[in-house]
Amino acid sequence: MATEVMVEKWSGEVSVVSIGATKAEGGTRSSVIKVGGQKALPYLFEEGQLPYRPVIAYEVWDISPQDWPQELISAYGAVLKDPLAWAQECVNKYKAELLCLRLQGAHPESGNKSPQQAAEFVSQLLKKVSVPLIITGCGDDAKDNAVLPACCEAAKGERILVGSAVQDNYKTLAAAALADGHNIIAESPIDINIAKQLNILISDMGLALERIVINPTIGALGYGLEYAYSIMERARLAALAGDKTVASPFICFVGQEAWRAKEAKTLAKEMPNWGPEKERGIAWEAITSSALIQAGADILVMRHPLAIEKVQKYIGQLMEG
Amino acid sequence: MALSGLDIYKLLPKTNCRECGFVTCLAFAMQLAKKAVSIDKCPYLSKESKETLNAQAQPPIKMVTIGTGDEKLEIGNESVLFRHEEKFHRPCGIGFILEDSLPETKLKENIARINGLNFERIGQQLSVNLIAIKYSNKDKFINAVKTIIANTKLGVVLVCDDPAVLKSALEIAKERRPLIFGANKNNLAQISGLAKEYNLPLVVSAGDLSEAAELTKQLNSQGLTDLIIEIVNKPVASRLWDLTQIRRQALKKSNRSLGYPLLVAIDQPDQFEEVMEAATYIAKYASIVLLKGIENWQALALLTLRQNIYTDPQKPLQIEPKIYPIGAANNKSPVLITTNFSLSYYTVLSEVEASKVPAYIVSVDTEGMSVLTAWAAEKFTPEKIGDSLDKFGLKDLVSHKKLIIPGYVAMLSGELEDKTGCEIIVGPKEAAGIPSFLKNL
Repeated sequence: MATEVMVEKWSGEVSVVSIGATKAEGGTRSSVIKVGGQKALPYLFEEGQLPYRPVIAYEVWDISPQDWPQELISAYGAVLKDPLAWAQECVNKYKAELLCLRLQGAHPESGNKSPQQAAEFVSQLLKKVSVPLIITGCGDDAKDNAVLPACCEAAKGERILVGSAVQDNYKTLAAAALADGHNIIAESPIDINIAKQLNILISDMGLALERIVINPTIGALGYGLEYAYSIMERARLAALAGDKTVASPFICFVGQEAWRAKEAKTLAKEMPNWGPEKERGIAWEAITSSALIQAGADILVMRHPLAIEKVQKYIGQLMEG
Repeated sequence: MALSGLDIYKLLPKTNCRECGFVTCLAFAMQLAKKAVSIDKCPYLSKESKETLNAQAQPPIKMVTIGTGDEKLEIGNESVLFRHEEKFHRPCGIGFILEDSLPETKLKENIARINGLNFERIGQQLSVNLIAIKYSNKDKFINAVKTIIANTKLGVVLVCDDPAVLKSALEIAKERRPLIFGANKNNLAQISGLAKEYNLPLVVSAGDLSEAAELTKQLNSQGLTDLIIEIVNKPVASRLWDLTQIRRQALKKSNRSLGYPLLVAIDQPDQFEEVMEAATYIAKYASIVLLKGIENWQALALLTLRQNIYTDPQKPLQIEPKIYPIGAANNKSPVLITTNFSLSYYTVLSEVEASKVPAYIVSVDTEGMSVLTAWAAEKFTPEKIGDSLDKFGLKDLVSHKKLIIPGYVAMLSGELEDKTGCEIIVGPKEAAGIPSFLKNL
């Protein structure tokens, strides 16, 4: 007798967020990236539609990166000294379909660029590359509140994804995103209730839930990965069960976390039993991504071109069904 | 589905004879539902009721043991689909497939490398579990089995579908409780005969769920229950669907014929793709993953993922709260305060070690919460820290009165200074900043 399969019936679905606006939509991007829209748990195609594949955003900075490990530096080479050329290389050489610009240069300890300088960089970047953009601040709340609105304005109409809004600092950014037609990243500290609360607060300001992406603040493989993994599973189950307030796609900052891990950076001569650092670092970033993809990650912000290539291929295999 | 006390009561004689030691059949039924007592206590149970209750008493996914002694691998007994619902119980076994065509020296070299794939992370010893040897030629296979038995303590998997060859191999390996891999619809009778004769666990390979259920039923009727199911090679998402279905059927439908641990053998020539695929099945429902790559970085990454996924979500990994001297710490060495959450402690530890500055790390009992979480939950307060320092006898260890606290809890400074009479130095927010911080202290 044939075994009857158990198919879960879900009533909810994840919001579809569109990043980038083409000429027809008032922007200048060559394409639009859509994420979300899932009506089933990750990659259970028999159970419901999974219309959009997870996307990988190449992480680029507005300054030459500080404290990146040697493996990353040598993967890109001298181009890292020229941020605009670096971003172009991601698009032209590595075929990046999405970039995530981190405005680290605005940080008081990393150059303290003014909001005007940051906005000018964004304007130039928009001219140099035509892929959709994610823009994140430097992590200093006060500075980000000045810098990000200026950058939102510089990218007006381009429908970027900008972040991060947090529970006690979301109003300025949400207002800027609303005014200039962008999407927003809502960041919560591995806490599903705060994620929900923040989505409600932001949507109460008039920014539709369909314009919010959740950053669940992931940890790298071996560094608390399982916390965000389970938060994402819980949120996705709630979304599929019909809770619209947590039905947002997830963005995971994999590169910055994975390359902080000791296992990704330590040289083989210091830890011979860990094997060569090159493969180890790439695997650390790739596996952090593939594990989170199984928990429902929609946007992965990554660094190493080879890790990105491998994860792209993995995503391709998953989407074949 | 688990039977309730009332469901069980309906199956009992309802005579209240008290021979089970309970006042009424209902009271006995309630204890049975809690699994607090064995059904054997009731001498008057009908055969049908006993079968129903016995089936109910078994875990929905059978536990299977491979190997013997310290290295034995116990898998199965899982109870949930998502780790947040309870936890994943028995960490997935990780093993490596070796070909019997390898020359003896190369085979030994590979076995030695696999034996060496163990790592210490956040206070736990992480090790791989299995070596699988794949049959292509009788003499080579038998020799390879001998070499493996002589050179590893890890569990052994015999990948062979020829009953005659398998029997010879089992004669050599039987004391080690190897896993037979395995049976399929073409050789079921012969291979299962061997599994029964030697009383060993058996992998049954099937093309789909229905076939798997059919085969396990047949094996069950022959008295074989130490089974592991393999759904043969398919694209990743199809496999995920099968693995998910089997787990669901076992847990939610009490489908006994699918209530067994699952095995996946990965065939991916690219080493990165191989580990990513393995990672997928570690996260989603495989109890054994076999791969070909034996690189240290591959094993380190997969064992770390397994450690993450199988951590009890209700019980974060903790270390003993106390003062840990690092390096040649003396009475002038700096004192760093952190929590007893393993990840916090070991992250601080590795940075202190990297700084080469001898120091003391004080691990305060925060019930396994990290710095900020513990602070928010009032488990990392000036009182708690002060009391810990008294209890651990810090003043007998150092002659200075300076404490370094994590940058994220700078707000504790004032009160902690009042409480301890020590000068409070605010350290970096991220552990990565510790080496330069300590060197410039």
